[in-house]
Amino acid sequence: MTVPILKQGDHLIASVQSALSDAELTDFADELAERVGRFRSRGVVIDVSAVDLLDSFATRTLRTIALVSRLRGAEAVIVGIQPDVAFAMVQLGLSFEGVTTALDLEEGLAYLRRPKEGDLGVR
Amino acid sequence: MSDDVRVAVAAESDVLAARQEGRRLAAAAGFSGSDLTIIATAISEVARNIVHYATRGEILLRVAHLDGRPGIVVVARDEGPGIPDLEQALQDGYSTGGGLGLGLPGARRLMDELEVVTELGRGTTVTMRKWTA
Repeated sequence: MTVPILKQGDHLIASVQSALSDAELTDFADELAERVGRFRSRGVVIDVSAVDLLDSFATRTLRTIALVSRLRGAEAVIVGIQPDVAFAMVQLGLSFEGVTTALDLEEGLAYLRRPKEGDLGVR
Repeated sequence: MSDDVRVAVAAESDVLAARQEGRRLAAAAGFSGSDLTIIATAISEVARNIVHYATRGEILLRVAHLDGRPGIVVVARDEGPGIPDLEQALQDGYSTGGGLGLGLPGARRLMDELEVVTELGRGTTVTMRKWTA
């Protein structure tokens, strides 16, 4: 598997490797959507800290993956966008609009584990 | 020019090769840090345009100088269908290929200069330049 997907409790952690081909990225989208259902996951962290370039295609695909996960019932967070990659994305005119991003894996998991409305003891 | 680096572009894997060569040559020209990523991203966009619209073409890369400042010149050339409305194609959000419509205007923002020569039925040549600070 080109994008390792680890299960940790209610959450899935996917680590995207550098220079994934479009086909690998599309396979990853299918695999993640399937696992969200199989493991009844409530949250997904997509870690792109090893990715050295996000062009318009890669950004659109990752955004789609995150939005599909949400429709399948798992909140998605994209983490680890490198500073150089972020600069280039902004100049290109790209964003992960509608998708939560966080600094790193730790922050992403903290975001998913935050108390939510409807949890016991939370109003 | 004899010291051009040429990358034939006919498949998506060639897009990866083109941006890696671009990053390497940009580093050789004296670019560093985020500029390397910015140049590689611009190359990725124009190389994707070749695969998507023209099926095949080539990327030529070379180091050049402007008033003593080194820089990189990227030429993306194809013999595809050409761009029917160039003015529109250079505007954000315009796409005939189902994309985001950020390719050309985005690449223009990433680089210092971007010129497009296109002829219907003959092909398109995009020339981009960026100079070191």
